[in-house]
Amino acid sequence: MASARLKGIGSLLARQGILIAFALFLLGFAAFSDSFSDADNLMQVVRQSAIIGVIAIGVTVVVISGNLDLSVGSMLSFATVMVVDLHDKIGPVPAIAVMLVAVLVLGCINGFLVGVLKLNSLIVTLGMLSAIQGLTLIYSGGQNVDIADQEATWFSLIGRGSFLGIALPIWIFGTLAIFMHVVMSTTAFGRRVYAVGGNPTASVFSGIRRTHVVFAAYMISALCVGIAALILGSRVGGSQNNVGQGYELQVLAGVILGGTSLLGGSGTILKTVIGVLILGFIQNGLLLLGFAYYVQWLVTWVVIILAVWLDIAAKRGRLLSPIA
Amino acid sequence: MTEHSETPALRLEGIVKTFPGVRALDGVDLEVRAGEVHALLGENGAGKSTLMKVLAGMHQPNEGRIILEGREVRMANPMDAKAQGVVLIHQELSLCDGLSVAENVYLGELPHTKWGFVDWSTLHARTDEILKKLNCNFDARTRVSDLSIARQQMVEIARALTVDAKVVVFDEPTASLTDAEKVVLFDVIKDLRARGVGIVYISHRMDEIFSLSDRLSVLRDGSYRGTKVTAETDEDEVTRMMIGRSLTHEKNTDTVEPGAVALEVRGLSCGKLFRDVSFEVRRGEVVGFYGLVGAGRTEIAETLFGLRTPTAGTILLDGEEVRISGPLDAISRGISLVPESRKEQGLVLGMSCRDNMTLPQIGDLTTGPFVSNGAEIAIYDQYRDRLDIRSPSWRQAVGNLSGGNQQKIVIGKWLAMKPQVLIVDEPTRGIDVGAKGEIHKLIRTLASQGYAVIVISSEMPEVLHVSDRVIAMYSGEVIRSFGVGEVTEDSLVQAISGIRPDRAA
Repeated sequence: MASARLKGIGSLLARQGILIAFALFLLGFAAFSDSFSDADNLMQVVRQSAIIGVIAIGVTVVVISGNLDLSVGSMLSFATVMVVDLHDKIGPVPAIAVMLVAVLVLGCINGFLVGVLKLNSLIVTLGMLSAIQGLTLIYSGGQNVDIADQEATWFSLIGRGSFLGIALPIWIFGTLAIFMHVVMSTTAFGRRVYAVGGNPTASVFSGIRRTHVVFAAYMISALCVGIAALILGSRVGGSQNNVGQGYELQVLAGVILGGTSLLGGSGTILKTVIGVLILGFIQNGLLLLGFAYYVQWLVTWVVIILAVWLDIAAKRGRLLSPIA
Repeated sequence: MTEHSETPALRLEGIVKTFPGVRALDGVDLEVRAGEVHALLGENGAGKSTLMKVLAGMHQPNEGRIILEGREVRMANPMDAKAQGVVLIHQELSLCDGLSVAENVYLGELPHTKWGFVDWSTLHARTDEILKKLNCNFDARTRVSDLSIARQQMVEIARALTVDAKVVVFDEPTASLTDAEKVVLFDVIKDLRARGVGIVYISHRMDEIFSLSDRLSVLRDGSYRGTKVTAETDEDEVTRMMIGRSLTHEKNTDTVEPGAVALEVRGLSCGKLFRDVSFEVRRGEVVGFYGLVGAGRTEIAETLFGLRTPTAGTILLDGEEVRISGPLDAISRGISLVPESRKEQGLVLGMSCRDNMTLPQIGDLTTGPFVSNGAEIAIYDQYRDRLDIRSPSWRQAVGNLSGGNQQKIVIGKWLAMKPQVLIVDEPTRGIDVGAKGEIHKLIRTLASQGYAVIVISSEMPEVLHVSDRVIAMYSGEVIRSFGVGEVTEDSLVQAISGIRPDRAA
């Protein structure tokens, strides 16, 4: 029991280690950049993190179920192109409806391949990443799309408007985060997702339909991508074919940084929100300090690798693996 | 017995091996002469496999000496042990399926040219030479995946012969062999013996031991119980050494008047796993299933729980024929299964005690869309008290509990479902003696409260202790069914070795 407690303290320290490092980053940014600690800037970072954050909420559910979803980046491209393109053709409401149905179909495919056929989720969603990118180009014929009269449509408000002085994307992100956090922590469905991710065999032996749970997780992930596409399409008022490229890694970075284990069965939506915000602030701070934007790629991944290492080191009580 | 020199091929003296919380080996001695087949017997968990792992360098002993041909040695790891002439042939085959026989035989020590390329001609020539010694009718280039299990076992044995083997250990070598294949294996063993190799032969099967071995040694509960010359002893004496005399006193003596038949199975079959199995379980009755690993007991349980689809036969619950489509269906029909492996099948180790316990019924514990915290804690508290589960709090991750408490969580999880039929597979595997006793008592209590209970166990004392009736299985078939009054250790051992009562008498 004592060793379990020690382990708990160790992992707490590792967790705090990330937060302490994060605090140091923030202090550093605040000290060296006049505009970083500005309220407007802080708000802007949160707003910019909203798209990644919304997707990360869905991906967190998939990761807790013990799987990965790398297809979200190209799914975002597809959804954004589609909703923007259809906006002028059939009007905003039908466009949104058609787009949401389309991403749910993609989610079904992921869910079927991973949940029902029990294929490896890394391979399936990596394949889907590339397949959906192809699908997007087929759909658009390689043309970028945009909304002709952006001032005239309420659709533009989703990404640009604000309510009570807070940008709508932040409202969407916040509401969705709270809703999914409650679903995951207080409903039977949430409990089953944790069980399936923690031990799929024991879940089946407990009468849980693993197939249904994994399927549902991918549907949730796809739906979140659809919501993110609304924000992105509305904000830009147009879309390039590859607008979501690289988002899957940013999203995964936020999830990992928040402390959700890629092995499944642990983590929370709230942690992911924190992880995504940490990522956003680090990247913003680096930009304000005048580093080229590609420097953030490097720093981001150094931070993530460090976080993962610290987490594992705390769990095994030493920095290096005992087995060579 | 063939000629042997004065110095034994192998002596183990006072071997002690402890694992956290368990003294697996407690001062074990063993002497194996060159040119003898020395059988090692003991119940499951008696320490045979641990002893052999110590010998083969997979575990380091805490105390004791290993003396090989009169010289004290230390086995750093399995490769080291092999280099010194001690080879262990595992119960489970450990071959690389995709490689050739020759590559497997010389794995890790492939002969190579001075440029670093594999010297195929030498490799194949050497391997073929070994295969010839073993009278194998396949050649070095054959892919292992194309061979039958028996022939794969020959490849394992061939591996042992790449060095100048002094001691070869066979751990349950016949578990997956047909009778014809066994004959070939026994010839090989006799051939090795004739060449002066000391052979340790681990098996549960008395007939094999008495036809093959020169001497035998018995382990019980991790301690050494003595060595006999095989020709001077008999099955009775060996069984007594294995089980201990206290056994007869430990038979279940409760006489509960059983109620109506809760579960009846008629002619149930599932492919090659088990055939034509029929039995019934009444309320208030504990039926024990006893047999060797692989006899099909767990598979029957999994079929009743909807994890496997039977190929023939019927299942009746309370006299009504049912089709069980999956675990969820089985649960809703009042069947609960405490599975064989609590860590792999029973528990989500990272989850809290409470969450594990309420997992199968989580969907019914809701108020509106939310799981009711109070209802969950009430269930946990009830079964924590009833089963005396020791955990600092319901929030504790199950993985941090002792084996006995973990097992009680699994049992609690299924009792909380208020089942009609409770199936318990290996209820006390890997837990200490004290917790064992508590779980046995619990099983008896459950029966007296009117549950129909099936207990599957590989430990004879356990089966005899908790059961009202014992069903003995061998290789997928029910050999015999005993009332607790008529069962004896001898008849049970015979039945699970495939000897039917008509033949035994």
